[in-house]
Amino acid sequence: MTTTSRAKNTTASSEQLKALVGDVLAEAKRQGASSAEASVSVNQGLSVTVRLGEVETVEHNRDKGLALTLFFGKQSGSASTSDLSPAAVRDCVRAAATIARYTAADEFSGLADPDQLAREIPDLDLYYPWNPSVEQAIELSLACEDAARAVDARITNSEGATVYSYESTDVYGNSHGFLGATATTRHGISCAVIGQDDSGMQRDYWYTAARDRADLEAAAAVGKKAAERSVRRLGGRKLSTRQIPVIYEAPVASSLLSHFVGAIRGSSLYRRSSFLLDHLGKPVFAPQVRIHEQPFLKKALGSTPFDNDGVAPANRDIVRDGILQGYVLDVYSARKLGLRSTGNAGGVHNLTIEPGDQDLAGLLRQMGTGLLVTELIGFGVNGVTGDYSRGAAGFWVENGAIQYPVEEITIAGNLKDMFRGLVAVGNDVDPSGNIRTGSILIESMTLAGS
Amino acid sequence: MNNALDTARRTLLAPAGLDETDLDRLLGQILTHRVDYADLYFQYSRHESWSLEEGQVKSGSYNVEQGVGVRAVSGEKTGFAYSDEILLPALSDAATAARAIARSGASAGMPVRQRSGAVPKLYAPLDPLASLEDAAKVKLLETVEAEAKRADPRVTQVMASLSGVQEVILVARSDGGLAADVRPLVRLNVTVIVEANGRRETGSHGGGGRVSYQYFLENDYARTYAREAVRQALVNLDADDAPAGSMQVVLGPGWPGILLHEAIGHGLEGDFNRKGTSAFAGMVGQQVAARGVTVVDDGTLADRRGSLNVDDEGTPTQKTVLIEDGILKGYLQDTLNARLMGVAPTGNGRRESYAHMPLPRMTNTYMLPGIRDPREIIASVEKGLYAVNFGGGQVDITNGKFVFSASEAYLIENGKVTRPVKGATLIGNGPDVLTRVTMVGNDLALDSGVGTCGKDGQSVPVGVGQPTLLIDGLTVGGTQQQ
Repeated sequence: MTTTSRAKNTTASSEQLKALVGDVLAEAKRQGASSAEASVSVNQGLSVTVRLGEVETVEHNRDKGLALTLFFGKQSGSASTSDLSPAAVRDCVRAAATIARYTAADEFSGLADPDQLAREIPDLDLYYPWNPSVEQAIELSLACEDAARAVDARITNSEGATVYSYESTDVYGNSHGFLGATATTRHGISCAVIGQDDSGMQRDYWYTAARDRADLEAAAAVGKKAAERSVRRLGGRKLSTRQIPVIYEAPVASSLLSHFVGAIRGSSLYRRSSFLLDHLGKPVFAPQVRIHEQPFLKKALGSTPFDNDGVAPANRDIVRDGILQGYVLDVYSARKLGLRSTGNAGGVHNLTIEPGDQDLAGLLRQMGTGLLVTELIGFGVNGVTGDYSRGAAGFWVENGAIQYPVEEITIAGNLKDMFRGLVAVGNDVDPSGNIRTGSILIESMTLAGS
Repeated sequence: MNNALDTARRTLLAPAGLDETDLDRLLGQILTHRVDYADLYFQYSRHESWSLEEGQVKSGSYNVEQGVGVRAVSGEKTGFAYSDEILLPALSDAATAARAIARSGASAGMPVRQRSGAVPKLYAPLDPLASLEDAAKVKLLETVEAEAKRADPRVTQVMASLSGVQEVILVARSDGGLAADVRPLVRLNVTVIVEANGRRETGSHGGGGRVSYQYFLENDYARTYAREAVRQALVNLDADDAPAGSMQVVLGPGWPGILLHEAIGHGLEGDFNRKGTSAFAGMVGQQVAARGVTVVDDGTLADRRGSLNVDDEGTPTQKTVLIEDGILKGYLQDTLNARLMGVAPTGNGRRESYAHMPLPRMTNTYMLPGIRDPREIIASVEKGLYAVNFGGGQVDITNGKFVFSASEAYLIENGKVTRPVKGATLIGNGPDVLTRVTMVGNDLALDSGVGTCGKDGQSVPVGVGQPTLLIDGLTVGGTQQQ
């Protein structure tokens, strides 16, 4: 490879973006809006993939965008554009104003009340620029994939190893005078390889992601883990239909908490489209379960000083002793429900289920006989009823020990019962995700197979 | 006279003061490195969306996006950069970044530029956003709400959305090709919540295509979709728990064709087969489905959501036979994978936007009809599941396992459709599921225009279809052990 010239490095400073947001809000006022909000983001980065020891793709990313909402009394309209020129900004404001003329007055619409807006914007240590050269990224990707391919002779093929590095500057402002900026970075290494034997092919992957390159798992460790995960799936069998306890391995256990968040999100509640309606103060999980949010963790991928409404999130318990303590609300849904925003416009922040003291091996022993699920596919979750049915692959476990891989089965139940039947959480937590959980043992589900 | 090309020049090139000689110069700049192929993809899109809940259209949004993606291919390597500014210096930067994938040194020169010849016109180059007054868009959604509420007193919530996109693209290729397309796309969706005796359920329906908003008015689809969503929700309100285990499954016509999409569609994409990572790799010429089963991918159906005049690499779309009478005939190809596999591209090179690289993707995939009366198919089943509506699905292309989740299903007992059962996920193995198709109905239907397919984080609109099918032995993931 020759030396690569990167696309010109032009990350706008947060001061420039703040000025742009100020201009947008002024333009909104000029066009008659009674209040307005705007966000601008600029992202750039590099992503390199190698496959079977050769470079496959080198991708340079540069994106920018403006999104705004205008309020004319209680009517609103939104618009967005990737063109930040003054003329395009004017057009964007005009488009939102046009829409607002046709939308109905909604008494719950509007900006956050001024007293709810974040007063301080703490530095959460989220910006660690790396700017690897293409050559550095290739070298690291090769190290990752080489390590994967060296694990086992049955690793016969690869989907490749990828190294990426992105940085982003985001500014949000509104006509109550709030103006906040965050600069963040995200770097990662991922690898997917294919194992093959007489039984067929199996693919699996592993990845690491962090704000700070120094916090990434070593490239070779990522590759090794991807390969081990692929090879262990070879020779998967079907099981007959049965009722069994299930352990969700940590990387898939986070999906259970996502379904929980979906059910206590404000929009699901005011639409009455949740299986956890009217459960505040009532038991929703087994009594030992604590689930809390930690928005201000330094360097964490889910941390933020203010949400998409400009509201400060808070350290808080969502579930304590199995009992639901609060919902996941933005300004609009909170008003609809007669509550206060919980600072969750845009989602939850480092949602954590308190780990127990056993590792995965301990959980397997506690389960005795049952299913360890390591992969889920499909979208068979009904958020209105809690009915749950998804494709699964994993391992059959007897007497606390893994017996053989299984595939082409489904696991089904109702999320209400599954949450109440949550027996234990492992201490095998991956601290890099926005949902932090160890492996989760569920008392009983229906496995459907041959 | 090529109208799409004129529109594309006017929309994408003229505002930046660019013309085709500038594009040739940019491609020439890339060809100073040893690349096999390069292209420039210009895109301009306008998107609007209006949504209704609680009886009111309370929000609407409008989005404009434009940019250019620059790609250089050398062997199996791809260099890719993009810019959301269509300006010569930004394009030149992107070209420099993309060509770095290959060493410097002369490539074969640019051949004389050729415009794509008689470009088919599968849909009108219209602007859906302008096809209806804003007040009428709001009224259309209010009609949906009123009809759903009127249909049944147990309806407690109606959520409806109307969206429209106008997209103009222009592709300039280093092999001299130049193609443009103007692509409209509209969609109307409705979701309802019904409530009775403390039980709540949901139902949804929708449709659309590469047409104007008039499509919904002329066919009274606002009311049809609303009634269909309510009907589904009410069926589920009475549904029992779904069975668990392997059984005979009858799939209804139309949207249940996502079976094909998940079971074989992704597995037949050229990239996975070139790399040998698909369970279907190396199986061309082999039997992968029962005799009588023929599956095609057809990007040339008029006005369909998955159709394209030219794909995102400027290749005209076509009707590609994937499986003929049970035998695997070929794969879905873009230019990169077709070249590396030594076959012709099939017009399946698609990308979500200028900021994404093209991949081989489906357009409209469907199974041709057989001879059986659907009533005869149901009557042949002693005990099984009749699944007529589905949510999404997913596949692991390497081991071939796929799922798709029913949202409306019934038990079949002694040849008769009896009780409704709750939705359940169905799981199977792609390379063998179609070998267990024992009856094919004569009632081919295409879906109503709601499909979106995801791959590598890129979403593209697609279509599916099939006649009623009987599959002998598919695992149904309910909770009731038989």
